[in-house]
Amino acid sequence: MTTHFTTQEIESPDNATKVANAFESSADILGEKMILNMGPQHPSTHGVLRLVLELDGERVTRCTPDIGYLHRGDEKIAENMTYTQFIPYTDRLDYLAPLANNVAYALAVEKLMGWDVPERTKIIRVISCEMARISSHFLGIGAMALDLGAMTVFLYTFTEREKIYNLSELLTGARFTTSYTRIGGLSRDLHVDFIPALKSFIGQLPPKIDEIDNLLSRNKIFVDRTKDLGVISKSDAISYGITGPCLRASGIDFDLRKAHPYLGYENYEFDVPIGSVGDCYDRYMCRLEEMRQSHKIIVQALKRLDSFGGDTNSDPAQFPIFVPDAKSVPPGKDLVLSKMEELIHHFILSTEGIDAPEGEIYFGAENPKGELGFYINSRKGGTPHRLKIRAPSFVNLSILPHLAKGHLVSDLTAILGSLDFVMGECDR
Amino acid sequence: MTTSLEAAQQIVEKFSMYVTAQPREFRGEITLELDRHKINEVCLFARDTLKFDFLVDISGVDNLNTPLEVKGRFELVYELYSYSHRIHLRLKVRIPEEKPLVSTVSDIWKTADWHEREVYDMLGIKFDQHPDLRRILMWDGYPYYPLRKDFPLAGKTTDLPEVAFSKPAPLEGGPFVTEPGHDLVHEREPRAKTFEEVKE
Repeated sequence: MTTHFTTQEIESPDNATKVANAFESSADILGEKMILNMGPQHPSTHGVLRLVLELDGERVTRCTPDIGYLHRGDEKIAENMTYTQFIPYTDRLDYLAPLANNVAYALAVEKLMGWDVPERTKIIRVISCEMARISSHFLGIGAMALDLGAMTVFLYTFTEREKIYNLSELLTGARFTTSYTRIGGLSRDLHVDFIPALKSFIGQLPPKIDEIDNLLSRNKIFVDRTKDLGVISKSDAISYGITGPCLRASGIDFDLRKAHPYLGYENYEFDVPIGSVGDCYDRYMCRLEEMRQSHKIIVQALKRLDSFGGDTNSDPAQFPIFVPDAKSVPPGKDLVLSKMEELIHHFILSTEGIDAPEGEIYFGAENPKGELGFYINSRKGGTPHRLKIRAPSFVNLSILPHLAKGHLVSDLTAILGSLDFVMGECDR
Repeated sequence: MTTSLEAAQQIVEKFSMYVTAQPREFRGEITLELDRHKINEVCLFARDTLKFDFLVDISGVDNLNTPLEVKGRFELVYELYSYSHRIHLRLKVRIPEEKPLVSTVSDIWKTADWHEREVYDMLGIKFDQHPDLRRILMWDGYPYYPLRKDFPLAGKTTDLPEVAFSKPAPLEGGPFVTEPGHDLVHEREPRAKTFEEVKE
């Protein structure tokens, strides 16, 4: 199968690019340039990002991002602990979608182990991934609208996010730092109240998304401030390694859930929204439509769940949530307290970790922000020799020096909002 | 339609002199080891002829005190992806400790710019012809490379007392780095306190 898009197209430059080109060809006739620091504490940088801007009047002539304010050395920490111990650290990568990070990390280690998790686990993971996507896009759109002066949308999206946090608490026991997956399974099966609560949330979601659509998509101020701004061309998007909604907004039909289905995404029917121009407005529209598609996926997942144990797992023996490998998955507490063998497995698993083979793998998952990838270099045993996190926010931000050139300072907030990055993930 | 293995074979045919290990497969992924002097040409060939238009990631690996160290202390791992063939390929080069220098691929994929800066920041591998090789996550002037295996988890003091990290991180609640063999708990476990300390 080959794709049908081409990256070599005739592109007529947008206004900002024309201005940027004009700057480059006539540097000496311009007046004195001013250096302005934007951030690290600035509402539109969504965290601690510092931009060193070189300005000619209101126009940005050069933009140098300074990152690393949130660097915690996650990769170094990972080399010093077992695979299971690292799960809570993945919550703190993209902390707006912790469930999706947990799943991506668990899938990466399972790829290293060569495991295929049971169908019920896959369905629950799909539900949690799509919940995370809706939650993350709600924040992305809400914060972008807030930066552009539309306060109302922000309040509406945060009301919905609150409901997702409540669901997440029902599912995992924590609202924010979920740590829900385990290597080869999940920390626990569904709570009795979870599916009814999710169903009622899902039922009222489409009108809420439409509400945001009505407030923003044809809002003159919003459209004027986002259309034809921060245009990423197809060839730039590929060369800079942009992934996720930002890539699709540039007109490239690529979604890892479709291209390399994991978690049984091939069983779900959903569309991949793509943009045509690649400007801030297209990126907003892609996120909005992705929420509708995520809603569609959750509805199908709930239907599929009925044939794999239903709401509360009618038969845990027939529908387990862990891979059938007694030596590698944590045994039940009742067994640990009553059986010698299980106690030994529990002890070995907690101290030495899983018995990983020697080898190296890369696994990328379609997270709300883009492709979150883990490169794991294993030299046998329970700790990775090297674990590299390919953070979508880090890569998506690297286009900023190129993108900001020629724009007004006030338009930079629109561009930053539409790129929708998280510094926790960018700096790791 | 090309598969990862066929793509790797094409590189082996074209650059047979510079392939240091035949392509090997693990979990459906193909890894190809190359000589570091030709990485730029191989990448250009991979992008233009084999249509690997997407550089997913560059990771650096430190092999200090492992059997692989004799072949070169560091490894650079390039993850390539082709949007048109939908295949993945991993290229790997080994870099000696004495001269950690390799040519940049940021002229081929722009995304390599920041990835290479990160590798330089974390492991101290330098990239020849890189347009802007500065530290990216640590601050300018930081004297160490923290992802090297001989850099301790607790951190090292810097000689810049007013800046930051003037003493090692306390690791309170941090990852357990206990090693068996020490007799005294408060020696092997940084957050453990002696009886006298607790009494005060």
